[in-house]
Amino acid sequence: MIEIKDVRKSFSTLEVLKGINLTVNKGEVVTIIGGSGSGKSTLLTCINGLEPINAGQITIDGTVVHAKDTDLNKLRRKVGIVFQQWNAFPHLTVLENVMLAPRKVLGLSKEKAEEIAVKQLTHVGLREKLTVYPNRMSGGQQQRMAIARALAMSPEYMLFDEVTSALDPMLVGEVLDTLKMLAEEGMTMICVTHEMAFARDVSDRVAFFHHGVMAEIGTPDQLFGAPQHPDTQAFLASVR
Amino acid sequence: MFDTTLTWNDLAFLAQGAAMTLAVTAVSVTAGTVLGIIFGVLRVQLGAVWAAPLTFVLDVFRSVPLLIQLVLGNAIQAIAKLGWAPFTTSCVVLSLYTAAYCSEIIRGGIEAVPATTRRAARSLGMTWWQDMRYIVAPLATRVSLPAWIGLTLGVMKDSALVLWLGLIELLRASQILVTRLQEPLFILLICGVIYFVISFPIARFGGYLEKRWSPND
Repeated sequence: MIEIKDVRKSFSTLEVLKGINLTVNKGEVVTIIGGSGSGKSTLLTCINGLEPINAGQITIDGTVVHAKDTDLNKLRRKVGIVFQQWNAFPHLTVLENVMLAPRKVLGLSKEKAEEIAVKQLTHVGLREKLTVYPNRMSGGQQQRMAIARALAMSPEYMLFDEVTSALDPMLVGEVLDTLKMLAEEGMTMICVTHEMAFARDVSDRVAFFHHGVMAEIGTPDQLFGAPQHPDTQAFLASVR
Repeated sequence: MFDTTLTWNDLAFLAQGAAMTLAVTAVSVTAGTVLGIIFGVLRVQLGAVWAAPLTFVLDVFRSVPLLIQLVLGNAIQAIAKLGWAPFTTSCVVLSLYTAAYCSEIIRGGIEAVPATTRRAARSLGMTWWQDMRYIVAPLATRVSLPAWIGLTLGVMKDSALVLWLGLIELLRASQILVTRLQEPLFILLICGVIYFVISFPIARFGGYLEKRWSPND
């Protein structure tokens, strides 16, 4: 369970998160929508401790993320994250990209790491690309590789930060299909996205962020069907 | 030009000089690169402000002509009664000179690795060290290599200045022969050919590595 309590975060004088409260249960898929600069992506990087927070508390299965004695490297093994920019390791083949962390972080043998990597790459439809270097693949394929790379650590939670925003429109579908598959398999996920149809399809709950505040949260039917907050209404009207 | 008085013994003398050039270069480039990597990483980790004193010292080594550094270095070791042999003094000064340039190359290489790529590595649970070792080092090496090869070749030629401390390296050996045989053009031509023969494999090795890595980038 991920518990976010009154989290505040500023970049110098700009407060991007103004007291966020959100609890995500095991097996739940929560998507976060909202305009740019609303703090959605920042929240994700705070959840796995890539960014410090100024106030409040984030707890993952009882571990306080920003506590001094928390081993973030250990915590990140169970909280995978995939970014807008897929960030392939360009000097490694697709297989090596996915094998690296299981080998070096989890300390698995080469054989075991390879077995896991092949399994995850097959899962995301890249079985044919094992020995290829990332820059020889499309953005959609690289993004799916990044998803397999995160999954190879057997995380219990996955965070997706606008994973389709940097892709050609024709490549968005293949990545969203991968996310849907994960959601159906019961992965606990928090997805920041601009894909409204996707949010509606896969989410248990949808949250709308506006200027660093979670303006509204509810089931897809509630949020898309009958938004309560005027800002939600305005936002949904503008993206339709 | 071809009825030269140059003997096989003289050629052997030149070869000894070349060996000295190689020895000074090998020691200085090795030590200078190790130091350069340490200084380069330190400068990136500390940030511009905290690294300012280190950067200043390295700038001094990059700005003052090597000849002056060698002469001053030799004077300082004498005053400090360190009792260093000219070879030791030469290697110490050249190493620091190399390190100053190398730290700049390393810093550039590390900074060329996108922050987002490093963030992705850390998000997989890699430690700072693992990120440096498996992501930053290979990528920074690819970026830094051409400049580093250039530095190595430069240091090899600059190492001729150690003749001022009395070391008989390739250029000094040639000068001695020129003075004795009075055949400057022929002897300097041979000297130049030897420098080229030493440099060429280093340059080609760099080219080979670049080519080998390029299809992945």
